[in-house]
Amino acid sequence: MNCIQKVTSGFVVLASLIPVLAQTDAAHTNGKKETPLRGLTSSAQIARGQKVFEQNCSRCHNAPQSFPPQISATIIRHMRVRASLSAADEKALLRFMNP
Amino acid sequence: MTMNSVVHVCSSWRMLVLTIAVVMSSPGIADAQHAPYISGGGGFITSTKGGNTTYIPVIAPELVASLGDHLLIESRATVLESYFPRGGGQPGYRHDAFLGLSFLQADVVASRHLTVVAGEFLTPFGTYNERLSPIWISNFQEAPLIFSIGTMGTASSVGGMVRGSAYSNDEMNLDYTAYFSAGSTNEQFDAERSTGGQFSLYLPRERLEAGFSFDRLLQDTRENYSGVHLWWEPANSYFRFRSEFSHAPHSYGYWAEADYRLAHFGGEQSFVGRLEPVFRMQQTFRSATDPEDGLPVANTQRVDFALDYHLPHEVRINTSYSRELSSSGNRNIWQTGIVYRFLIPLWREK
Repeated sequence: MNCIQKVTSGFVVLASLIPVLAQTDAAHTNGKKETPLRGLTSSAQIARGQKVFEQNCSRCHNAPQSFPPQISATIIRHMRVRASLSAADEKALLRFMNP
Repeated sequence: MTMNSVVHVCSSWRMLVLTIAVVMSSPGIADAQHAPYISGGGGFITSTKGGNTTYIPVIAPELVASLGDHLLIESRATVLESYFPRGGGQPGYRHDAFLGLSFLQADVVASRHLTVVAGEFLTPFGTYNERLSPIWISNFQEAPLIFSIGTMGTASSVGGMVRGSAYSNDEMNLDYTAYFSAGSTNEQFDAERSTGGQFSLYLPRERLEAGFSFDRLLQDTRENYSGVHLWWEPANSYFRFRSEFSHAPHSYGYWAEADYRLAHFGGEQSFVGRLEPVFRMQQTFRSATDPEDGLPVANTQRVDFALDYHLPHEVRINTSYSRELSSSGNRNIWQTGIVYRFLIPLWREK
């Protein structure tokens, strides 16, 4: 195995370990320092969702002018995967899109 | 595209739709907000290069279905017909059809830090392929000159990928992606045997993102590709700056794009506020001939000017002029297009 192959293998292994390491870190720090969704009032949740949308989704594209409510959770799940959103951000976005 | 491959794609789609229908018929899975949908864009594009004009009607539908709390199925196809001059002094036009799958993937949201992706997926290198390539998103009709670096020519990989947010708080997000792709010569699932990944740091308050991409071709010439990207989209502003630099063994290059929607003049719905001027600068450099990297054969400079207009009802008109300067020849490129973005639920609200 030459040097480049070792570097490549190390890179992939390291990247694969990140979620495990990060979860361990999160357990020690009692989760991330994001503003938690629980305890927020409805209007605060919507404001948080709007912030999540502006800081993530709208960086690449405009919001759809309208969409049927029955697909809102599917759209947001798609965004969670694409933009690596947290579960809290996903819930806040859902609240924002369904006030 | 041959009849066999059309039949193969149809079979793939039939299997996908059948699977989704079976799974979603289970009680409790399809709740009020989890209906599957088809989104995407359709449009009509013209491109004039060196006096020859090509006409391209295109549609790129994307199916998205959420199955339960953790599973998402996504697939995008592109269907287009290209009409271009016969050439050789002959009058009239020829036309070619194209039907291809961009991706067909299952995403399993395993935890708040980890999503596992399996199937055919867009190769996660740089930002253009995953974020800006849909026709209803991109400001320009053509991908950047360096697009083929790192995306292995096919832009898709077949295998597995892990991705997610390694760490995040209100001030920063650290995202990661790592993938492995098997080699495939299937016409609809064409991919090179490769591996790689991406790290990016995003500062939400500053709206600033920097990232690093790396991948390695594990067949034939076994080349390494690397790249960095920088995005800045200041808050409370319609200005956006995006850029990428990519490096291959025998070539490298960059693109930098700035756009500003004129919404400060009467709002987004005003006549002027619907206008969006865009500027993109590109350069590629070559040290040796390499058919693998897909870049121009000679050093190339290119400037692109676009003026996009956002019409109501998710319709956008794109116009652009590009000037390309190269030792192999200079040329002008004019492009226009009208693009419609659609979003359709697959069944009615209960």
